[in-house]
Amino acid sequence: MTTIEQRNATVTPTAVRSPEVPESRQAGSPAVKMSALGINAFFGKTQALKNVSIDILTNRVLAIIGPSGCGKSTFLRCLNRMHEVAGGTMTGTILLDGQKIGSEDPVLLRRRVGMVFQKPNPFPTMSIFDNVAAGLRLNGFQNRRALAEIVERSLRQAALWDEVKDSLGKSGASLSGGQQQRLCIARTIAVSPDVVLMDEPASALDPLSTAKIEELIYELKNRFTITIVTHNMQQAARVSDFTAFFYLGELIEYDQTKKMFTSPDKKQTEDYITGRFG
Amino acid sequence: MSRHFVAELGELKSTIIRMGSMAEQAIAESIRALLERDPELARRVIDEDESINRYEVIVDDQVVDLLALQQPVAVDLRFILAAQKINNDLERIGDHAVNIAESALQYSGRPPLTRPGEIPEMAGISKTMLREAIDAFIHSNTALAREVLRTDDEIDNLNRRTVEGMAELIRTDTQIIYQALDLIRVSRNLERVADLATNIAEEVIFMAEAHNVKHNVERREPQQGPT
Repeated sequence: MTTIEQRNATVTPTAVRSPEVPESRQAGSPAVKMSALGINAFFGKTQALKNVSIDILTNRVLAIIGPSGCGKSTFLRCLNRMHEVAGGTMTGTILLDGQKIGSEDPVLLRRRVGMVFQKPNPFPTMSIFDNVAAGLRLNGFQNRRALAEIVERSLRQAALWDEVKDSLGKSGASLSGGQQQRLCIARTIAVSPDVVLMDEPASALDPLSTAKIEELIYELKNRFTITIVTHNMQQAARVSDFTAFFYLGELIEYDQTKKMFTSPDKKQTEDYITGRFG
Repeated sequence: MSRHFVAELGELKSTIIRMGSMAEQAIAESIRALLERDPELARRVIDEDESINRYEVIVDDQVVDLLALQQPVAVDLRFILAAQKINNDLERIGDHAVNIAESALQYSGRPPLTRPGEIPEMAGISKTMLREAIDAFIHSNTALAREVLRTDDEIDNLNRRTVEGMAELIRTDTQIIYQALDLIRVSRNLERVADLATNIAEEVIFMAEAHNVKHNVERREPQQGPT
């Protein structure tokens, strides 16, 4: 694997704002799962991201924070090429396990880089079981017994199994908002992605459901690499290992969450997390 | 409340308990070094203070993490604030053990006094107060914490009597002036240990009942409910 310095030499060295001594360079630390290198994203002529470079570490939670319009959701969507779906364009390089993404089938990429959205979006006409099985079936998975095992495992991992095990045939839409979001997480992890992207996964939920989702994120990082976009700085502090602060399309600061929330290097970061602007 | 937050609170509590146990041991050994005239033991107490200091830094770190990352409220917030203050108290108790051990070192090189004043009794009460204050913290036992508060006056009286007794000895025999000064210093340090045990007990009451009983700002005794 190339070092950050080597990669910067081929991208735009001044734009990289990884932690000064990132965990990825320390002995025994987790590997880099994804890297964004010099990402510029556009909606028409409007530039939403400016030269963003960042490493996403395996089995760690990265939280992306910043005020509305800072580009945090756009960045998340660049990671699994959903930005293109929304009619945007992008330059720069995204690496997944060291391999450049961009030319493969987007469906296959999204199997490896799954996404959970702000508003729970179970397939309304499908049962709870079929919601979780949908991604697997889309990928050609047919074995019914194995399918049932994966559905159960995914629902257990999403901390929903005990609540729905007796009603798997019911519509996914019959669940509460918090349950629907956990169903969507179960659907996402059923295809065993490497990375789970979450775009404000708890912002539409009540405090109790939010706490369940946060607990779930903490549990899921043992199996998945997670990147979460959140407006809620307290949530970022509670659930993440690393935090990246975006402002006006730029990555202002990226470091371990503890450092970001106790002694950030940049005044802009401090002003934002202390509520002085944004 | 998330499981990992609960686990982190438990870890903070365990660190404070370990530190409390080290402070208790340091005080007990410093007094033993004095009364048994054991310079080796006194030196060990002085050397081991470094471990208590290291624990203070660990607790500071844990507290900053919990406050910055978990945004604790209500009983959790009071627990963390109390833990931070108890941390400082225990570190200071370690320093007083070092002071006593240093006096023990000097005292052991001089002819002993036939009457060491109220030091043995003061040591016994201070150690008990410290142990009970830490037990009160472990079990959130405010009744025990209030026992500690009530005992503090005894130590103040014993300290006064020790100082008066030593002054009297110096007046009658100037040869023992250095030994008497050593014991006055020990007495003052034991009195401070008792004060710090009292602080810990006050923190326990704040933690468990949300009452600030310092300086008698609020009544130290449990308040009666409406009749």
